[in-house]
Amino acid sequence: MSTIANALQSQVGRKILTGLTGIFLTLFLVAHLSGNLSLFIPDGGESFNLYADFLHSLGPLLWIAEIILVILFLTHAYLGVSIYLKKKRARPENYKYYKSQGGPSKQNFASTSMLISGSIILLFVVLHVMHFKYHLFSPETYMVEGTEMVDLARHVSEAFQNPWIVAAYTFVMVLIGVHLKHGVWSAFISLGAKNPKLTPVLYTVGGIVALLLSLGFLAIPLYIFINGGL
Amino acid sequence: MSSTDLIKVHLKVWRQDGPQAKGFFEDYTLDEVNTHMSFLEMLDVLNERLMKDKKEPIEFDHDCREGICGSCNLVINGVPHGPEMLTAACQLHMRHFKDGETITIEPWRATAFPIIKDLVVDRNAFDRIMSAGGYISVSTGNAPDANAIPISKPDSDSAMDYAVCIGCGACVAACPNSSASLFTGAKVSQLSRLPQGAPERKKRVIAMVDQMEKEGFGDCSNFAECEAVCPVGISITAIANMRTEYVKAVLG
Repeated sequence: MSTIANALQSQVGRKILTGLTGIFLTLFLVAHLSGNLSLFIPDGGESFNLYADFLHSLGPLLWIAEIILVILFLTHAYLGVSIYLKKKRARPENYKYYKSQGGPSKQNFASTSMLISGSIILLFVVLHVMHFKYHLFSPETYMVEGTEMVDLARHVSEAFQNPWIVAAYTFVMVLIGVHLKHGVWSAFISLGAKNPKLTPVLYTVGGIVALLLSLGFLAIPLYIFINGGL
Repeated sequence: MSSTDLIKVHLKVWRQDGPQAKGFFEDYTLDEVNTHMSFLEMLDVLNERLMKDKKEPIEFDHDCREGICGSCNLVINGVPHGPEMLTAACQLHMRHFKDGETITIEPWRATAFPIIKDLVVDRNAFDRIMSAGGYISVSTGNAPDANAIPISKPDSDSAMDYAVCIGCGACVAACPNSSASLFTGAKVSQLSRLPQGAPERKKRVIAMVDQMEKEGFGDCSNFAECEAVCPVGISITAIANMRTEYVKAVLG
């Protein structure tokens, strides 16, 4: 067991953990987006609210899922920061002139800004959970079918008519796309994808996954904002 | 030789008196550089001039000058080994530069490769990674029969793809994280593909990865910049392969 613990702390182990946590976080985004897209069902948000109620009805199962998600986020973020700190120690004096050779290099805006995009995404996640899960910024409840509860669809619809919130979401959703453009491909390589014919395909697949997730999440605030509500 | 074969270049060269000294760029201008010269020959010409002027010549590493020893280590215009892909600095010719161009020359920069003087760095960290596991056990005595251990053509070709590593360190120099993963990955991949490497296969990858960490190289972030600057074109599949070898060694 101690060998496995040591292995996880090695350069290879850290990279595998980063990739694995990243893949699970991406899968979470896919699940999250599929649920959110129910907002587009033209029933005034009923399907979306039913979906939210279903999640809440899971009780302890939901807590377990949430704890796992928190662990995934924190592990992924911790590894990212530690990679950055080691990079600083590994080259304290930078090149005065440095440029990428191009060709097979994947050094681009997405790959070199992983720490910044990741930090902003993490901050966003905290605010987003406070906003839509704990309703800290708009704690009103509504009467739905005689019981007092939060009409989440209405909450979402009202929030996304605020241009500042829409602008902030647009910025972060684009950043998630940027983060995933390098992240998805990188995770595959970290987990040992080594077929030279497959790796360029994986890079394209990573880009498509990033683009689809980014556009999917963007569609909701933009639609609500342009449409003036659900 | 026509006059079109001569170009003028301005050089900005990193000068540093010793490991602890503060480095700086010194500017030189060479008026008539023959474009058929290699980059190192251009530096030889400059050094001859400096010595004639009783000035300290520029220290730079070189040995075979035919792209196989891995000694030359110059970051030319921001790229290890310069602008031409699949080319070591010694094989880079001056015809790839424009008349009147300013060329900057820096040493490899990494904690694990401390600067000794000017453009020369200490790359013993690579040797220590090799000592940790980059070897095979063979019985001493008479040379074994060449065909005693059959190796399939695809396996030997694949091993050769990684064995071409000349250990120059450009992968580390180009990596934004100063990771040595391409070098270590190439050595692990080469030896894991051959039956001669089988006895130490598991402990090799763990020992070499550990040593890479101890030497102070950074983590790999899959930038693939190493592959782009590698003078022999080693693919980052070497790194992915090192990772699967590592997992097999830990779990198996």
